[in-house]
Amino acid sequence: MSTSLPDNAAIGVFILFFVATILLGSTVRFWRPLLNRRKAATNHSQGEEWGLGGREFGAWVTWFLVGGDFYTAYTVIAVPALVYSTGGFGFFALPYTIIVYPFIFAVMPKLWTIARDGGHATAADIVRARFGSRTLELAVAISGLVAVLPYIALQLIGIRTVVEALGYTGMLPLLFAFVSLAAYTWLGGLHAPALTAFIKDVMIYIAVLAAVIIVPIHLGGYGAMFHAASEHLPAIPGGRVVSQDQTVPYATLALSSAFAAFLYPHTLTGILAAKSADTIRQNAVFLPIYTIVLGLIALLGLMAHAAGIVTTSSSQVVPQLFLAIFPSWFAGFCFAAIAVGALVPASVMAIGAANLIMHNILPRHSESVTGSRLAGLGVKVGALGCVVFLNAKFAIDLQLLGGVIILQTFPALIMGLLPLRLSAPALIGGWASGSLFGLGLCWMDGLKPVHPIAFGGFSASVSTGLLALGVNIVVTMVLGSVIRLALGASPSTLQPRQSMRRQG
Amino acid sequence: MKKTILLLLPFAGLLWVPLYNRHDPVLLGFPFFYWYQLAWVPVTSVLIWMAWKADKQS
Repeated sequence: MSTSLPDNAAIGVFILFFVATILLGSTVRFWRPLLNRRKAATNHSQGEEWGLGGREFGAWVTWFLVGGDFYTAYTVIAVPALVYSTGGFGFFALPYTIIVYPFIFAVMPKLWTIARDGGHATAADIVRARFGSRTLELAVAISGLVAVLPYIALQLIGIRTVVEALGYTGMLPLLFAFVSLAAYTWLGGLHAPALTAFIKDVMIYIAVLAAVIIVPIHLGGYGAMFHAASEHLPAIPGGRVVSQDQTVPYATLALSSAFAAFLYPHTLTGILAAKSADTIRQNAVFLPIYTIVLGLIALLGLMAHAAGIVTTSSSQVVPQLFLAIFPSWFAGFCFAAIAVGALVPASVMAIGAANLIMHNILPRHSESVTGSRLAGLGVKVGALGCVVFLNAKFAIDLQLLGGVIILQTFPALIMGLLPLRLSAPALIGGWASGSLFGLGLCWMDGLKPVHPIAFGGFSASVSTGLLALGVNIVVTMVLGSVIRLALGASPSTLQPRQSMRRQG
Repeated sequence: MKKTILLLLPFAGLLWVPLYNRHDPVLLGFPFFYWYQLAWVPVTSVLIWMAWKADKQS
């Protein structure tokens, strides 16, 4: 392995930046009032303050908060790892993070308005009010909770990866990842990620801009880089970049990822914490700026080939590339950027999932901050379990597994916005079928995110999440019609109840 | 209606992979596959901005 060993400079710089960010974020309660006296009188309950930041984030904070959701270990570790292993195919993360924005623009302002009017904090709240069903609320909440576990697991793997690259082995890197995440979230709440998202983005930008400028210079320019990388990857005939049988997986993974991206409790938290519906629309215009950088980060997977990095652990591609190209102190800084870039979103995810447990899963509406914190800790332990027990070929498979699960809330949450006659029992039936079908396929395929299908003369591998969503929608529609016929009910009795509030 | 088309264009341009699944022409060292998709980022921003404007007028 052409590894440059990290020295004490790398480790020192890493610890300095990583610890400083955690301290700054987790003590925010103490120094924020000094900067902003206006906040002294607040009419929000402590729980809403900890979980939704008081629904008062303007365009800039929302930009960092929502955009930051994409800048995670997914982007800086998992996507380059897939590009390193598969070439152009791993680039599907780029179309995914482009088409997600028109989708946000069209859908999320409506959801925000419904949430604001009804005082809802989570997807499950919204669904319960719309369809008047506690069971559907539970279904959506459980999907959110379970889906976020492998996604947090991916972040823990990100932190573990850079600590391993610093020369530590065994259980220590994973333990380090878990403890820092737990401490950071316990103390900070949502305001910590919102403010540290800024620090994190600046650090990531420095690391990434340095990488996308300096690495190609080392390798003789982008043209030489693409050429050198192509010699390490399987040749693809006909002047194509991805092979013909990869085009359907490419497009369907991009589409299912885009549909799934904002159904997660943590991403929805970022949206619902916005100040107005227009803040969200405005953000949909400017958020794609993030995507350019995401595309360049993905290319680090190709640059690693060109730089002669050979590793069997694909997650190590980016850290090894940084160690090979940068002076060790700067590699240490970049590792801190990656670790913070995993820590901050993981914390937002844990808070989103904790909100679900406190708000929607537990029978009694509980607002205690200690309860939320304990729930958040439980979520992180679950994520740790995913790291230890799920054996995914690529780290990105964990994120795609989360996508399969969360996509099953799409009919209730998003199609529920359309003037369709959907009823709670039909949606619950669809959700159960889609979830069982999707998880069954994931289980059989060893977490592989696509599944081969064939009908007529057509055969291709399609995103498992999209297949399961298809099953979900079909069952929802068929069940809905059967129920309507059986009851002979007129459409008016099945109209969603908008004003239903929770009793508990 | 106009707004819907604006917002659907990125889906059409990016999900039909055979449209851009080729190496040539190369731009600034980037194979077509890569620069075509990167080019959709600013284009999508502009399309969403146009849809936003259309929204505000109506």
